[in-house]
Amino acid sequence: MKAPTPRPEDFAWRCRQCGEGMVAAPVTLEYLGNQFTAELPRCPRCGLVYISEELALGKMAEVEQLLEDK
Amino acid sequence: MEQLELRDWERRCIQEEPPECVAACPLHLDARALCGQVAAGRWDQAWQVLFRTLPLPGVLGRICDSPCQARCKRSEAGEAIRVGLIERAVADQPAPRLRLPPLPRKSQKIAVLGDGLAGLTAAWDLARKGYPVALHHPGDAPGAALASEFPTLNAEIVAAEVARLASAGVTFSPGATLNDPAYLAARRAENDALLLDLAICPGAGLDLTPGPDGSPVQDPALGLTSQEKISAALAETSPVWRAARGRWAAASLDRRLQNVSLSAGRDQEGPRPTRLFTSLEGVKPSAALDPADPLAGYSPEEARAEAGRCLDCQCLECVKVCAYLERFGSYPRKYAREIYNNASIVMGMRQANKLVNSCSLCGLCQEVCPSDFAMQDLCRQARQDMVARGKMPPSAHEFALLDQDFSLSADFALARPQAGQASSAEVFFPGCQLCASAPAQAQAVYRRLMATRPGGVGLLLGCCGAPSLWAGDDARLAGAHDQWRGAWESLGRPRVIAACSTCLKTFAEHLPEVEAVSLWQVLDPAGLGRPAPGLTLALHDPCTARHAPQVRQAVRELLAGLGVAVEELRLGGERTECCGFGGLMANANPELAREVVRRRGELSGRDYLAYCAMCRDSLAGVGKRSLHLLDLLFPGLAGEDPAGRPRPGWSRRRENRSRLRRELLRDLWGEEEAAVPGQAEIKLIMDESVAARLEERRILAEDLRAAIARAEAAGDHLVHPETGHRLASHRPHQATFWVEYSPGPEGFVVHNAYSHRMTVVGGGRL
Repeated sequence: MKAPTPRPEDFAWRCRQCGEGMVAAPVTLEYLGNQFTAELPRCPRCGLVYISEELALGKMAEVEQLLEDK
Repeated sequence: MEQLELRDWERRCIQEEPPECVAACPLHLDARALCGQVAAGRWDQAWQVLFRTLPLPGVLGRICDSPCQARCKRSEAGEAIRVGLIERAVADQPAPRLRLPPLPRKSQKIAVLGDGLAGLTAAWDLARKGYPVALHHPGDAPGAALASEFPTLNAEIVAAEVARLASAGVTFSPGATLNDPAYLAARRAENDALLLDLAICPGAGLDLTPGPDGSPVQDPALGLTSQEKISAALAETSPVWRAARGRWAAASLDRRLQNVSLSAGRDQEGPRPTRLFTSLEGVKPSAALDPADPLAGYSPEEARAEAGRCLDCQCLECVKVCAYLERFGSYPRKYAREIYNNASIVMGMRQANKLVNSCSLCGLCQEVCPSDFAMQDLCRQARQDMVARGKMPPSAHEFALLDQDFSLSADFALARPQAGQASSAEVFFPGCQLCASAPAQAQAVYRRLMATRPGGVGLLLGCCGAPSLWAGDDARLAGAHDQWRGAWESLGRPRVIAACSTCLKTFAEHLPEVEAVSLWQVLDPAGLGRPAPGLTLALHDPCTARHAPQVRQAVRELLAGLGVAVEELRLGGERTECCGFGGLMANANPELAREVVRRRGELSGRDYLAYCAMCRDSLAGVGKRSLHLLDLLFPGLAGEDPAGRPRPGWSRRRENRSRLRRELLRDLWGEEEAAVPGQAEIKLIMDESVAARLEERRILAEDLRAAIARAEAAGDHLVHPETGHRLASHRPHQATFWVEYSPGPEGFVVHNAYSHRMTVVGGGRL
């Protein structure tokens, strides 16, 4: 999956537990047995991943639909 | 689906059957397409239509006696289309450059004896198949006799078509003595095969055994003689029949020379019946146009006007009444093929998943189909197949199936005899959506039934299994029915009083041991509400009552008793339409479902009256003022303006069901259930626009509460330093919900929520 590059505002969120800001990191996503890697904002300490509304309802939804019809 | 089944489905849809004009024409000229092109003034394309079918179109187009007109559907609304004059007007237009596709040359030589229309047609067809053809004719110019026989022809017109023959490789032998046995014997000797145009050349001396009519033809349809390599075209008066005889004799000769079956696949040749149905509803009668100059025929403008009267015969009865069938741009025959291909795909995309899952399974198509095509059966079968093979897109029906699970869970399901009785003769089964939409009415009905029915009325809360039935999920359906049957048997198998037509239909088809009756057949209205006189409402029958005339009748009798006048909708009763909820259309294709119910609401400007809670709410969801029958019988339970009350959202529909169960248990059976601790105490605050967005995204309050509860307990959420908003995620089933919220003194303010189905491998943790 070619995820859109995270926007600056996506890095505004901070991990509550670790107090860290988000940094772009490769994240493995999985749906219906298919895996792909995307650069997503992530807490550098605990690994908590942030998925934005734009990503969830845009590219992710599109790929989910494609995989469901595969 | 097996190939044979596909063929059966395809055969059942008659849309691709030829129109009457095409079926009537011995050559099957596409007069419908011709009229379409002429009416649009596309003369070149009109010429192409002639050229595709007619031999020597410049000649035959001017002399065709158009037997199609006798069967033209237009004659049932005015006069038949004058196709013959239209053909002539096209032939009078300059012909575009029409190229014959070059075919591999064949070696067998054929002599065509006689230059009547049959002989010329045979030469035309055989040359196009690649045979070297020699046309033997008595006069100087081939086809000259035609020019003198028909006033609409002249030598120049005939010569132009003969030139086409020559360019296709036909050679000409003028001055042929076609009555001379020696001449024919010589042709026989130098050719592989002969074709006789019996109007010009009777075949003297060829030693042909006379057929049933005395001519050398043994089989008139195939143009066979007693000798294999000699075909013959019977003499005919009708020009188009002459051409047809020549065409069929040539086809037989070709098959003989190629050593293939003479008759295979030829049963459709010539005039034949057609199964195409064309409705004349709304067609205004119109008379045929007489040409201003009868000798000259139609001017181009006259031809366009006359062609414009063509009905463009189609069936499409189902597509006309169904937004779903219309949406996918085609008709059931094509859909059957797409659905078959969809199931057969090994690699690549399944293009028809949406088509399969968007049907409301309402059955209106079958109701209006002249040949009984049932799209709902096709789609449900396809869904069952997809579920069985693990190919059903998880997102298509999940929300509805989880709702079914909810209705069957301890949050809602209940089975009790009437309070104070060990067993009751009857049991009320309000179904899931009446309780979800109008729990107060469901309670009122139950109390009324207890008060009026002899023998007592128990209560059964749960789900009839319709969502899993619609989803094609047989295993889930069996589970739901096992549970339902178990509860019903625990009550001593009482007679079921059902408020919902879908439940009744499901019981009748899948739980035949259950005796069930509609609430509307047993509810005694005496002493109940009575609207002010003069009320007229447009009555919306639910699609699941399509084949339940007794239910529809009972509703009408109740309304008559209440003094309510009924406006019957154009599509009502047996032909009623779905509200967009049936078949889980609203799950798989919410946008289409809205369009369906919007169109439904436009059939009348009056307020609607529904007797299915989901129908009422679907109509209300698009702003159509709609009442439920119970709003009339139990007034005051649905606010000041029940027709204008909004459709309760998905979360409310669950809360209503749970609360109804708790209240009834408490009030009727004296059982107080301890409130579920924890999440339910989380108070959510959101403004209307957020609520509407989450409703559309089908995100339930319980999903929000679970996400917030988890995040607050574990502290593993994100925080926005500027806004102070928190962002939590939670994955209760097959979707991850993200909730943006902030804690406040009154509760948690929800700013936004969204979901996705993908997972982060490792759960988003390092």
